Amino acid sequence: MSELYDVIIVGGGPAGLTAALSAQQNGAKKILVLERDREPGGILQQCVHNGFGLHHFKEELTGPGYAQRCYDLVKDLPEVEILVDTMVLEVRKDKTVRAVSPTRGVMELHGKSVVLTMGCRERTRGAIRIPGTRPAGVYTAGAAQRMVNMEGYIPGRKIVILGSGDIGLIMARRMSLEGCKVQAVLEICPFSNGLTRNIVQCLNDYDIPLHLSHTIVAIHGKDRVTGVTVAKVDEKSRPIPGTEFEIDCDTVLLSVGLIPENELSRGLGLQMHPLTSGPIVDQRRETSEPGIFAAGNVVHVHDLVDFVSDEAEIAGKFAAKAALGAGGGAARDLAVTTGENIRTCVPQHLRLGAETESVRLFMRVTQPLRGKLKLKVESGGEEVFSKPLMIAKPSEMIAVDLPEAKVGALTSDLTVSLTEGN
Amino acid sequence: MGRQADVVVIGGGITGTATLAALARLDLSCVLTEKEPDIAAGTTKANSAVLHAGFDAPTGSMKAKMNVEGNRLYHELQDELGLDIQWTGSLVCATTEEEKAQIEELKARGEANGVPGMEIWDGDKARAKEPNLSAAVCSALWAPTAGICWPFGMAEAFAENALENGAEILRDCEVTGIRAEDGQGFTIETTQGTIRARFVVNAAGVFADKVAAMAGDTSFSIHPRKGEYILFDKTAQDKMVRGIVFPAPTQTTKGILVCATTHGNTFVGPNAQEQDSRDDTAVTTAGMDEIIAGAKKLVPELPMGASITEFAGIRAVSDTNDFIVGESKTVKGLYHAAGIQSPGLTSAPAIARLLAEEIAKAAGAKAKAKVVKGRPAQPIFRELSAEEQAALIKKDARYGRIICRCETITEGEIVDAIKRPCGARTVDGVKRRIRAGMGRCQGGFCGPRVIEILSRELGIPVPKVRKDGADSYMYEEKLGGGRK
Repeated sequence: MSELYDVIIVGGGPAGLTAALSAQQNGAKKILVLERDREPGGILQQCVHNGFGLHHFKEELTGPGYAQRCYDLVKDLPEVEILVDTMVLEVRKDKTVRAVSPTRGVMELHGKSVVLTMGCRERTRGAIRIPGTRPAGVYTAGAAQRMVNMEGYIPGRKIVILGSGDIGLIMARRMSLEGCKVQAVLEICPFSNGLTRNIVQCLNDYDIPLHLSHTIVAIHGKDRVTGVTVAKVDEKSRPIPGTEFEIDCDTVLLSVGLIPENELSRGLGLQMHPLTSGPIVDQRRETSEPGIFAAGNVVHVHDLVDFVSDEAEIAGKFAAKAALGAGGGAARDLAVTTGENIRTCVPQHLRLGAETESVRLFMRVTQPLRGKLKLKVESGGEEVFSKPLMIAKPSEMIAVDLPEAKVGALTSDLTVSLTEGN
Repeated sequence: MGRQADVVVIGGGITGTATLAALARLDLSCVLTEKEPDIAAGTTKANSAVLHAGFDAPTGSMKAKMNVEGNRLYHELQDELGLDIQWTGSLVCATTEEEKAQIEELKARGEANGVPGMEIWDGDKARAKEPNLSAAVCSALWAPTAGICWPFGMAEAFAENALENGAEILRDCEVTGIRAEDGQGFTIETTQGTIRARFVVNAAGVFADKVAAMAGDTSFSIHPRKGEYILFDKTAQDKMVRGIVFPAPTQTTKGILVCATTHGNTFVGPNAQEQDSRDDTAVTTAGMDEIIAGAKKLVPELPMGASITEFAGIRAVSDTNDFIVGESKTVKGLYHAAGIQSPGLTSAPAIARLLAEEIAKAAGAKAKAKVVKGRPAQPIFRELSAEEQAALIKKDARYGRIICRCETITEGEIVDAIKRPCGARTVDGVKRRIRAGMGRCQGGFCGPRVIEILSRELGIPVPKVRKDGADSYMYEEKLGGGRK
């Protein structure tokens, strides 16, 4: 099997499926989506709760519902081929993709352009060094979610959740609904790392205590978890001696962050961003390697799948254009750097040519802020765009659109910042 | 009536499995009992994985003899058994004049012990070998015969070879009593019934004194000593080391080292904490701080962000502080391999050979007419050429389905790991055999799939699948479905 595709998409989750649709709508004739799991849809398949799709599809869907919608939009398109149970082993700079599947064996595929949509993975116990024993009963929230929602088993009956990321919050509710007792959710930061709506709907509605500025200092149990020791932490996240207390539990679920899944990107030698842990991209989601695009959680971890889809539309469109030879030269390459209170901003640079379109910037702040806030985009020392905000949280992405006219007029590097007061 | 055997080996660590493999080559029937669901579940699974050159132990001690001989035997056995060993050599680093004198002393001791090829290097030569070494390192002892290995894999290799030669391994089989029948052999009570045997080998690790006492020998005691470690991702290797780097040793330990693994990871550790518990492998914040501080003396810029897991192991220290190897002074037919702390891993084949020779003499046993060398082949997908991969998938499509994406492990390899002679029965058993779940995501993605495959291949329901230890059940039926 050695065919030439217009666009090869690595990963068949919401980003990959949406990129495929967008590539088709923008003229690509041969599009291939490679998915490692048994069905397309990615992690959404195990997210059986609702709350997806309000922005992108303008209606509220469950995770599987959202995935199905993405799939339904491409499944009958003659231009789009989807291979499941297929793992990509390597992507090369010449856009050769090496993949393997039980039915087709080892394949060498060739694309005119490639879109990377591998998603992200969960941080694990090892990455955060929790002292104690290593018994059964410690799972990442996402692994437990798959077992509960797709395989039909529960991880235990008395649960402590470490980390208030969204998957942890969702799992607190899910375990309660399964009849388990969620003893507490612990968060090392002085603020929650999940969406506000999830704090309300998943913890408050089920009387589950959230302990901010607390962490697990020891896990107990030889073969199976029997409890945890918890302590309050100081402003440098160090446990404060004397504040320890015990919580009885048989299960610890970890929701301590997500990491973009970029082994293929590193193999390709793409330039990576140290804070997003994803490839550096321009506004078209083209990486440092011409013709190789990236979108979704592989670029930066999103809060909402709707934004993943929005980003994948951009990547799919420009991947199709590049494949059809209509990429267009870029006369100006402007960096987008982060100023006060902004931790990350994607895209990290703009490559502007004769044709310009409006550009959406996705940002995350460094700390929770409240009050009169001003999001400011400056170029060459001058403010080119601003937007008032009332509240900003690290857990929620901020998206702003720079209008086409403004983008067209840009000639120097940009800085985005969020300032308090006027 | 229960089982009958010529020899029962108690304990399935590296010492027990190596001894079983040596005994199985004789015309004796041999059974090994292991109380945990898998072999190599104690000290063997959590240690520095270093094959020492042999300059540490006092000249003339059992440790020194077994170490140097064991190291030599591993060089011989590596190809036959397909052992995962890299002969990287080791460096012991001095940062002061006092330590410099100490490593000179080590060299002299090593020479007396029969260690070949040692050299004293200056700091620059040591840094040429390991560029991330501290500028404070002024001198180092180079020992080319040291190596790194995968201890579980070596125990597995010994076990598989023993099974090929007709031995039997009983896992989940705890010895609860031993009756010495007055020179007429032993009656061994286990959780899987009674076994009658002529000879008993006590390779019970941290429980060796308890096992000896069951048979009536109370001549020694074992003191557990815990060592903690931090493991780093493969991506950190450029900032770490390619081989084995020790500090100058103290009275009790070889110190906190910075070391590569055969899988391309690196680790720092261990510390050494005396404790009463024989199975408390909890890692502690104080221990982590201690090993990080210790390791920074050797490699100042530790890439802490790339740490992927931490673990602790228990070493079995005897009250003689030396290995106790050979027939019991008080109970005839009982052979000890006790107090096997470091360099026990290195010494295992030498201890095995010594015990097998003694038992052969006592039993009047000879070598089997037909001894099987080696063990069944194990396809490793990621190490094959594209043509070989294609051929393998054509033969068995399960080799085309990647289950563990971090380590590129296929369903075919997982099934093979379960179906092998001494196959995996637990999630961690799969991980130790073929690394599924050992990578960056630590089983986050493949864990549920591995559980599903274990359930299917072992013919047990998912709630009966265990992580590692005897009662380490992972998932249960939903509460509506009742507890099974």
